[in-house]
Amino acid sequence: MGDPGGLGVSAESADSAGLAIETHGLTKRFRSQLAVDGLDLAVPHGAVFGFLGPNGSGKTTTIRMLLGLVAATAGEARVLGAGMPRHVDSVLPRVGALVEGPAFSPYLSGAANLARFDAADRWAPSRTRAARVADALEQVGLAHVAQKKVHAYSLGMKQRLGLANALLMPRELLVLDEPTNGLDPQGTREVRSLIRSLARDGTTVFVSSHLLAEVEQVCSHVGVMSAGRLVAQGTLDEFRDAGEARALVRTPDADAARRVLQGLGMHVDGSISAGRVADDGGVSRPADASADVVVTATLETTPPEAVVAALVADGVRVRGFEVERASLEQRFVELTGEGFDVVQ
Amino acid sequence: MSSSEGERGPEGLETSSSATRPAVSSATRSADGPGPQAARPSKLGGILSLLASELRTLFRRRRTWAMLGALALIPILIAVAIRIAGDSPSGRGPAFLDRITQNGLFVGVTAIIVAIPLFLPLTIGVVAGDSIAGEASHGTLRYLLIAPAGRIRLLVVKYLAAAAFCAAATLTVVVVGTLIGWALFPIGPVTLLSGTEVSVGEGLLRFLMIAAYVTVSLLGLSAIGLFLSTLTTVPVGSMAATAIVAVVAQILGALPQLEWLHPWLFTRYWLDFADLLREPPVWDSFADNAVLQAGYIVVFGLLAAARFVTKDVLS
Ligand SMILES: Nc1ncnc2c1ncn2[C@@H]1O[C@H](COP(=O)(O)OP(=O)(O)O)[C@@H](O)[C@H]1O
Ligand SMILES: [Mg+2]
Repeated sequence: MGDPGGLGVSAESADSAGLAIETHGLTKRFRSQLAVDGLDLAVPHGAVFGFLGPNGSGKTTTIRMLLGLVAATAGEARVLGAGMPRHVDSVLPRVGALVEGPAFSPYLSGAANLARFDAADRWAPSRTRAARVADALEQVGLAHVAQKKVHAYSLGMKQRLGLANALLMPRELLVLDEPTNGLDPQGTREVRSLIRSLARDGTTVFVSSHLLAEVEQVCSHVGVMSAGRLVAQGTLDEFRDAGEARALVRTPDADAARRVLQGLGMHVDGSISAGRVADDGGVSRPADASADVVVTATLETTPPEAVVAALVADGVRVRGFEVERASLEQRFVELTGEGFDVVQ
Repeated sequence: MSSSEGERGPEGLETSSSATRPAVSSATRSADGPGPQAARPSKLGGILSLLASELRTLFRRRRTWAMLGALALIPILIAVAIRIAGDSPSGRGPAFLDRITQNGLFVGVTAIIVAIPLFLPLTIGVVAGDSIAGEASHGTLRYLLIAPAGRIRLLVVKYLAAAAFCAAATLTVVVVGTLIGWALFPIGPVTLLSGTEVSVGEGLLRFLMIAAYVTVSLLGLSAIGLFLSTLTTVPVGSMAATAIVAVVAQILGALPQLEWLHPWLFTRYWLDFADLLREPPVWDSFADNAVLQAGYIVVFGLLAAARFVTKDVLS
């Protein structure tokens, strides 16, 4: 698994004044299981931070610790500059959140539910409550069902109501845990556009997802969780570039090629026999010459031209050379392991 | 996702967001978050606003009205049964039962004596036992806490709401009892236990004092229910446990072998309100009861707070 520091985020995290969320060694253990393991998150102010990871990788548990719902086993968390959970009272009024799906009292209407949560916020003026509830409902397209009891809402409607709850007051930070769960494609697009418009106004958005595609288009930063550990974090560009570049050498002299590549300090991780006689347009060749092999090796920092030059200099018959960079999605699978719920 | 087709408004998030956001912001900017410049809202104001919302929620709930309705049925059943079947032989049945045919005002007191051992504790168990566990089971607890309601503040508000329900429950029995007694039986001056006769108005006042006494009696049980409610995310468990605690305490109180334990049982003074029907009223048992209940409130309130403040909210 990769090393978070390897993504060049360290320079940024040094400036902790600019961080909306900052954790050091944040850890949560449930009995024997480490749900979150030594997390060092750094979410800059104004960022849209995609918090990615497969189901059960510890995203929700992390968010619960950030919001003071759960006490960390070890480590510390700072949100909007103040330590949590000690400063929940002064920090949380500036934070809107959706945690592990929406939750409402089913016997109350959508508007009544929002008013209830709003009344629990001492900083929310009761004078403007009704107007703010109506605005928030309008904003998520639920104005027409405001007076309907929540038990009659569909999953998607509840998700929208959950978003409305996070938007009742102007917030400095929005923490959205899988906000598009249960939404149709149109709803998913709407959420993305909402996130964009909030980010434009300067709100920091921390959005978790198990789907890369869902957040890729709106994020400025990403952090990737795998089995409780933060395996990568940084700007989306850093993340993209950090994908391992690999050299693919097509040659009949596989052994010689391997030697040369290893000599350059590259890690040879495979060779696949490629090309059969018939594949080359039926041209008959000596048996050894036709047995092309594609040798793959991690490129690391070696410039590709230097690799080719070294191969040629050693008399390796290079019949094809390619540098392959992992797509964002492959990078993701690489970090989180197989069985990942990848984009359909 | 075809099912969700009909649920979307004429305008989606996308279009409406840009239209309404500025309005939201400008409406509240002046009173926004706890920045250094914002004045800190008062703690009391916060509690009152949350309490108002909690009471509205509690008394808007169909379950609450169903329970109050069931409690109202007790005096109604008693009154109707006596009306139909006639007077009962003196000395049998609940206290005051034999007085009803002469004075309908006694229906309320009779009904509350019937309701005290089981019906009232059951409904208190539902409300107090549900207070935190119910929010946890709906998942609304996490949203209240990140609002942020404040854990202690939420406990205090939940307790006050349960206490309000205790008052509503006993008042329901007494008031409905008085009304139905008024409707079905002759009404007249009330003969007190000391033999003195007082006016209808004075009699009604005494019955309200009994309602207050019973309300106070139930406050200790409410605190127990609140505590039990912080232990679980399954509300049925804490509701049943609260009701069971009430029944067990009464059983223990009836066993002479456990004499040493009796002074400590919260049910000890539950039926000792007869002193309020003397002339002048004797307040000793009211005071003893209040002190005992206060002790339970303190102990179980502290237990609930200790448990809830450190509790991981994982529901
Ligand atoms: N209440 C709990 N008790 C025990 N283990 C839990 C609890 N909640 C979560 N976990 C475990 O912690 C891990 C992380 O869960 P979670 O944070 O919900 O993951 P995610 O949100 O990324 O899907 C999972 O392996 C899960 O089984
Ligand atoms: Mg989750």
